[in-house]
Amino acid sequence: MLEQLAQLETDALRHLEEVQTLEDLDRWYHTYLGRKGALTTILRALGNLSPEERPAVGQRANEIKQRLKTACEARTEAVRQAQLARELEAGELDVTLPGRPVGLGHLHITTRTLRQIYAIFTEMGFQVYEARDVETDEMNFGLLNMPPHHPAREMWDTFWITDELLLRTHTSPGQIRVMRERCPEPIRVILPGKCYRYEQITARSEHQFFQVEGLAVGRRITMTDLIGTLTAFARRFYGAERRIRIRSSYFPFTEPSIEADIDCILCNGKGCRVCKYSGWLEIAGAGMVHPVVLANGGYDPDEWSGFAFGLGVERPAMLKYSIDDIRLFYSNDLRFLHQF
Amino acid sequence: MRVPLSWLKDYVDIPVPIPQLAERLTLAGLEVETVTYIGLPGAELPWEPDKIIVGELRAVHPHPNADRLVLAEVEYGGPAPEVVVTGAPSLLARRGQTDLHIKVAFALEGAHLYDGHAPGFQVMKLKATKIRGVPSRAMVCSEKELGFSDEHEDIIYLPDDAPVGVPLAEYLGDAVLEFDIKGPFAHLYSVFGIAREVAALLDLPLRNDPRRVAESHPVSITPDPDFIVLAIADPDLCPRYSAAFIGGVRIGPSPFWMQMRLRLAGMRPISNIVDITNYVMLELGQPLHAFDYHRLRPRPGENRPAIIIRRARPNEQMTTLDGTLRTFDSDMLLITDGGGPVAVAGVMGGLESEITDATTDILLESANFHFLSVRRTSRLLGLTSEAAQRFGRQADPELTVPAALRAALLMAELAGGTVAPSIGDIYPGRQPSRTIELNHADVTRILGVEIPNEDIVRILTALEFTVQPASSAHPPIYRVTVPSHRPDVTRPVDLVEEVGRVWGYDRFPPTLLRDELPPQRPNVRLECAERVRDLLVGCGLDEVITYSLVDIADEGKLYPQGPAPDAARYLRLKNPLSADRAYLRQTLLPSLLRTLRENLRFQERVAIFEIGAVYLPVEGQLLPDEPLRLGIAMTGPREPRSWLPDRQTTPLDFYDLKGVVEALLAGLGLSGAFERGQHPAFHPGRCAQVSANGHILGVIGELHPLVREAFDLPEGPVAALEFDLEVLMDLWGAPRRMTPISLHPPVYEDLAVVVDEETPAVRVRDLVAQTGAPLLRSVVLFDVYRGEQIGPGKKSLAYRLTYQADDRTLTDAEVARVREKIIRRLEREMGATLRGG
Ligand SMILES: [Zn+2]
Repeated sequence: MLEQLAQLETDALRHLEEVQTLEDLDRWYHTYLGRKGALTTILRALGNLSPEERPAVGQRANEIKQRLKTACEARTEAVRQAQLARELEAGELDVTLPGRPVGLGHLHITTRTLRQIYAIFTEMGFQVYEARDVETDEMNFGLLNMPPHHPAREMWDTFWITDELLLRTHTSPGQIRVMRERCPEPIRVILPGKCYRYEQITARSEHQFFQVEGLAVGRRITMTDLIGTLTAFARRFYGAERRIRIRSSYFPFTEPSIEADIDCILCNGKGCRVCKYSGWLEIAGAGMVHPVVLANGGYDPDEWSGFAFGLGVERPAMLKYSIDDIRLFYSNDLRFLHQF
Repeated sequence: MRVPLSWLKDYVDIPVPIPQLAERLTLAGLEVETVTYIGLPGAELPWEPDKIIVGELRAVHPHPNADRLVLAEVEYGGPAPEVVVTGAPSLLARRGQTDLHIKVAFALEGAHLYDGHAPGFQVMKLKATKIRGVPSRAMVCSEKELGFSDEHEDIIYLPDDAPVGVPLAEYLGDAVLEFDIKGPFAHLYSVFGIAREVAALLDLPLRNDPRRVAESHPVSITPDPDFIVLAIADPDLCPRYSAAFIGGVRIGPSPFWMQMRLRLAGMRPISNIVDITNYVMLELGQPLHAFDYHRLRPRPGENRPAIIIRRARPNEQMTTLDGTLRTFDSDMLLITDGGGPVAVAGVMGGLESEITDATTDILLESANFHFLSVRRTSRLLGLTSEAAQRFGRQADPELTVPAALRAALLMAELAGGTVAPSIGDIYPGRQPSRTIELNHADVTRILGVEIPNEDIVRILTALEFTVQPASSAHPPIYRVTVPSHRPDVTRPVDLVEEVGRVWGYDRFPPTLLRDELPPQRPNVRLECAERVRDLLVGCGLDEVITYSLVDIADEGKLYPQGPAPDAARYLRLKNPLSADRAYLRQTLLPSLLRTLRENLRFQERVAIFEIGAVYLPVEGQLLPDEPLRLGIAMTGPREPRSWLPDRQTTPLDFYDLKGVVEALLAGLGLSGAFERGQHPAFHPGRCAQVSANGHILGVIGELHPLVREAFDLPEGPVAALEFDLEVLMDLWGAPRRMTPISLHPPVYEDLAVVVDEETPAVRVRDLVAQTGAPLLRSVVLFDVYRGEQIGPGKKSLAYRLTYQADDRTLTDAEVARVREKIIRRLEREMGATLRGG
């Protein structure tokens, strides 16, 4: 009997070593340790032994059972590890294959640029005010200190709808609209929008483009505030290291009038084709709101003052992203729009 | 406007380097676009100071071996005169002359010059050579060789006082400032006007004021001179007309210095008389016109010629100096004589009375015309001239007499004429000088910096304003008299600008807005539009922005079965750039479909949207409505192309777009309702009208095949929509409350019902949801089945139902009761049967 047990143990352990899968392991367990397994069969046969033999054989059988169980556990762990290793190996991917495409949409570059501009001015307390595209001659010119026949009207090539109606050539008529709506409150708004000019479409000019006008009206608004506001914008939008230059200029609806330049972001002021070798790039036309315009908006120019500025939208984006053709903006070629 | 520095220096010292001057002027509003150097370092051809110098021609000897050459003996400050071989025509004419003292531009061996005989401007190095046996190692230079012009036939003759031996660059080198003057400011269109600005900017005195010419040459001013009859018939367009008479002139070239200045200023020398009129115009800004006196006709019965300034008669004609016959309208101002038109006032003279080589007596016109009239005439005739540019910017009427006298004296000096002792002058439009009160406190209020009193006075005085204290107040109030050349200055703030720009904006400290912050308001429209953009981009759509101006034929393509939209109900441009940009759009769809087609050339899947205004005329209202619309168009495979085996390659369709709309409305906190819709542009069976909270937003659908064809779009569904964004913006932003999340477990259950094919799915869903409330929390359709198992004309809709309570765990019995109720209503109200139940 003892020999039989010894043989069993030897067989079982040898057999166990050959087991490679959890299923084989189950089968092994059944064969040796299961309810109908070899060891159980031997243990069941204990009753046939003499009482003298029984304890020794029983003890031996239990020892073997313990040893086989321990060995089985160890083997189970080993088989699990091996199986996991095999599974992991089988699950290996070519990580260099492309990912599953996610259909990400893109905002138009004009929208993105407008949002950058909004964000900067919002922090300074300016709110967005939107006005209309189709305007009257009076709003676009007359109330902005350009009565009929004023020579400065020639600064804008205008699309006319009737003798009275036109497509706004600039966002400035919004100044009158917002002033008339808000008077007598102080005002701090930016006026974004589409503008139109009778210009042949070329790489440098479009008949439709966006502008952002700024307007601040209050009892203590000064030229230095305007310069500070434009400086803050230029540094935020074009980079903290930019230098700003303020030049005197002429617009019929501001007095005094200025233009703001930054040192050229392409050549850092040394002079290049883009800045026409001047080292400077114009970024805004601006000025103190003309007393006639303030009065047309309902504000007494002796008590109120204000500043206004006009920014391009496409032009700054062109500078920032080295875009050399303005037609790309409204041709809506997705190969272009997807780059932003 | 081009200003040679040397000319500027006649009136003001320039003690700063040229780039610094240009920068200072630019900052003050006189934008210097370019600086062109002549002969100086920085020029394209700098003249070497030791090799190109002022020489003196002493003698012209015959060439021993050639008739067409001579030997010029030139003194130049070297150890001995240099003899050079030359063929210059004017030197050939002097063959044999000695004891000459003629100043020339002289180049020595090694000098770099432009090759006078090569095409274009090619630099060459002057080498010693032998010409027909005579050695020559220097050169008497032509204009081309020095880079002034392309004139290379003859040599340059310098003025007699040119200092021999001095580097030519020092004597003749120059820099030309080219200005881009913004604004209608005639006072900046003259060398003297620029000099006045320079003097003010650099705080330096002005000298040699050409307007003070009468101080040394007194003349009498009379409305009725003995040489001409003057009459202004239309004083509204001609405030002043002055005329001088110069007799006995000899027409010839003007002197070198004048030609040089004209050239540098961008004008071509013509003859002494014409050059003088141009020269004085450039100098002072007063356009002048010289008539051949003997071409001017008297009126019948008068003994001297007449000048009458009047509006043209309808269709009156005249040939202008450029040889073109012009026809005038009755708002154009003409200069006429006793016989008819002789000039277009302020724009261009007539061919008939032009100065010719035979002219001996000159009538010199120096007048002032209304700027709007000149602009109008110039524009309508398509004629721009230096004169029209200045008159069109409000020329100074006080300049007419000084400019006439200045030019007349130059004609006497340079053309040998005699100036009549009186100048004719009629001045019906004389304006009193304007006085403005300027409060120092206002200067500070507008500019934000405290500019010292003495600086304000100095700056305004330098610009020829007269400044007097108006009171003893502090801060001071000034009484400022505006000079006649500044018609643009009418208000205190105009003076503030003068002070600010001359004092220098570069000295202004940037400040933050110190003023009260205005009331801040929510901006629902913008926030909603931006939210819509973000949601749609999140849905994988690309934003486009198209033109507001469209081709109306494109809008017609949306109505394949007609009728086309009525053009009369559109806003149309009077002056379109082209026919396809003539109308203001009333829908976004055509541009979106065009954009779709363009992009399909490069990619198979395109999904785009636009937010933009359409322009709808409104009866009885001047301005159109400009509601914002949202447009979407999409086509192509459902997912972008990929190597992955399970990607959805089927073409996207109506339901893809509907999914986008559902996501959009959910993102805006709105619930949409879809019902069968009708629109000519859409497939009649694949079109839905969408509303949110009971308000119609618009239609979505798949394009009608005919519309697809009309837009040249490829086969396959094109899903599109156009919504009224105004409705969304009104609905958006209503207060929303969160729904508490139940802590009790939900119960899930599937329910499949068979209904008639015609029953819209949404009705089943709504009935289920309504009946199951409040315990039934969600109803999700997960299968639609048609087939044999349920028979023809039927469909099976399978829903996953989720039941949940906020305060307890639901029991099976509770759920069963709700389920029973739902089934009973479905059976009763829709004739539905439970499938597989
Ligand atoms: Zn540059």
